[in-house]
Amino acid sequence: MSSENAPTFSSRDAVVCRGVGKTWAAGTKRAHEALREIDLDIAPGEFVVFLGPSGCGKSTLLYLIAGLEDATEGRIWSFSDKVETPSPERSLIFQETSLFPWLTVWQNVSFGLAIRGAAQDERRAVAAEALQRVGLIAAMDKRPDELSGGMRQRVAVARALAMRPKVLLMDEPFAALDVQTRARMQDFLLDVWRDSGASVLFVTHHIDEAVALADRVVVFTSRPGRIKTIYPIDLPRPRNLFSREAETMRIQLTELLRDEVDRAFAEQEAFAVPA
Amino acid sequence: MGWADPKLLPPPHIFLDNIAEQGKFFNTATRWQVGTSMTEGPSAFESVLITGAATTARVFAGLVLASVLAIGIGVLVRYYRFFDRLVLPTITLLSPVSPIAWLPVAIFLFGIGNAPAIFMVVVALFFHMVLATINQIDTVNTNLINVARTMGASKAQIYARVIVPAILPGMLQVLRMNLFGAWMVVLVAESTGVGYGMGQVIMLARNTFNPSLVFFTIAVIGVLGFTFDWLLRQAQRRILYWLPDTEERLRVL
Repeated sequence: MSSENAPTFSSRDAVVCRGVGKTWAAGTKRAHEALREIDLDIAPGEFVVFLGPSGCGKSTLLYLIAGLEDATEGRIWSFSDKVETPSPERSLIFQETSLFPWLTVWQNVSFGLAIRGAAQDERRAVAAEALQRVGLIAAMDKRPDELSGGMRQRVAVARALAMRPKVLLMDEPFAALDVQTRARMQDFLLDVWRDSGASVLFVTHHIDEAVALADRVVVFTSRPGRIKTIYPIDLPRPRNLFSREAETMRIQLTELLRDEVDRAFAEQEAFAVPA
Repeated sequence: MGWADPKLLPPPHIFLDNIAEQGKFFNTATRWQVGTSMTEGPSAFESVLITGAATTARVFAGLVLASVLAIGIGVLVRYYRFFDRLVLPTITLLSPVSPIAWLPVAIFLFGIGNAPAIFMVVVALFFHMVLATINQIDTVNTNLINVARTMGASKAQIYARVIVPAILPGMLQVLRMNLFGAWMVVLVAESTGVGYGMGQVIMLARNTFNPSLVFFTIAVIGVLGFTFDWLLRQAQRRILYWLPDTEERLRVL
């Protein structure tokens, strides 16, 4: 494979993917290709949204970058280190709540420090600082089931921030929230992103969300996921999402996605029809 | 009513009425020793308590031992592939064996006394609980494991800090289900040879053809089992403080 021998990337980039592919259950009857030929460079501090139809492999790419799964093709680097295992530098935030229900909010936030064997005082201090940044300092000693969905996701963000990550990976983190909460969470995330200076990779299938958040939108094709196009959102921040430019971008992104959604639908229907 | 002979199937007001009469059959090993008169030693009521406590203690010891062993082995099976290959088939093989089949083994190994009775309880619960533990481990939310992985947790840390707390609620449920099994098997074990216990009283009642005593003992066992389950439910609420109370949610239907 030529891609392995050609490390043509800037070593300062937050994430570099070269010829990345992933086939689940490779070599078996159930094998299916989720990703093919992904080449992508993400600058430090950049906000990139992965947009695509359901099941196009955008979450898979996020897992590969996190190091939770191994790519079957190609290579991924992060700040010139080859991605082989998960790292606290690349924190992942999930769609569903992933807080430990048996720990309090502050214990959840400082979980990563507890893993490293930090003392309780230090852990509490770091947790307090991270919770301050997400505006949940008052909920420090509560348990996750006492919080609303939006608050839980803010705790999850605080937990990721406590690790001082250089890359924040977010897998449809606001998908389970109602529309109003989601809008507030987007503003909140932009504040956090500005303060932290980390790169954010954000998976969604909402075009509105992509236009509200991204510096660049990576549009995926349906299965197997390839990069259809990379669409820059050069609107000044804070963004007026009701402006003519924003509207034009939403229309263009919708058109880019429509073919892929149609294809994905046709494929699903073909599966559903009994032979 | 005429369809049941009260001598064979005594109604509750008869077999529950004469505790003093029934009580003299309890705790017989200490009270019927050579040289001890019938008037000495604990009263009838105390004897019932002592016997009940002895049986409860055996059930409790068996449950604790079985849970610790089963959770330990279950975790090891998933932790080490070696254990998976070697121990899991053995456990699955022994799982369907009735506890009764282990009774002679219990006596060969431990003779007569508390140990074989506790062994019987352990053996009756252990195999199923190992399989239940493995099942619980396999259904732990992947996100929780992945969060720990991205934070740099080692395999041992993931097991200790994520998997074990995550399986505890399910394991306590399994424990509660198995509690009744433990009560059943402890009677069998006791009927064969312990100083005193509920099983030994049942055996005595059977051999002396005393239906009233049989039903009285059944009533006592029922009360003990019920109380034990209630205590376990309270403990469950304390230990698993993070679980929401779901008992009431179907009441609205």
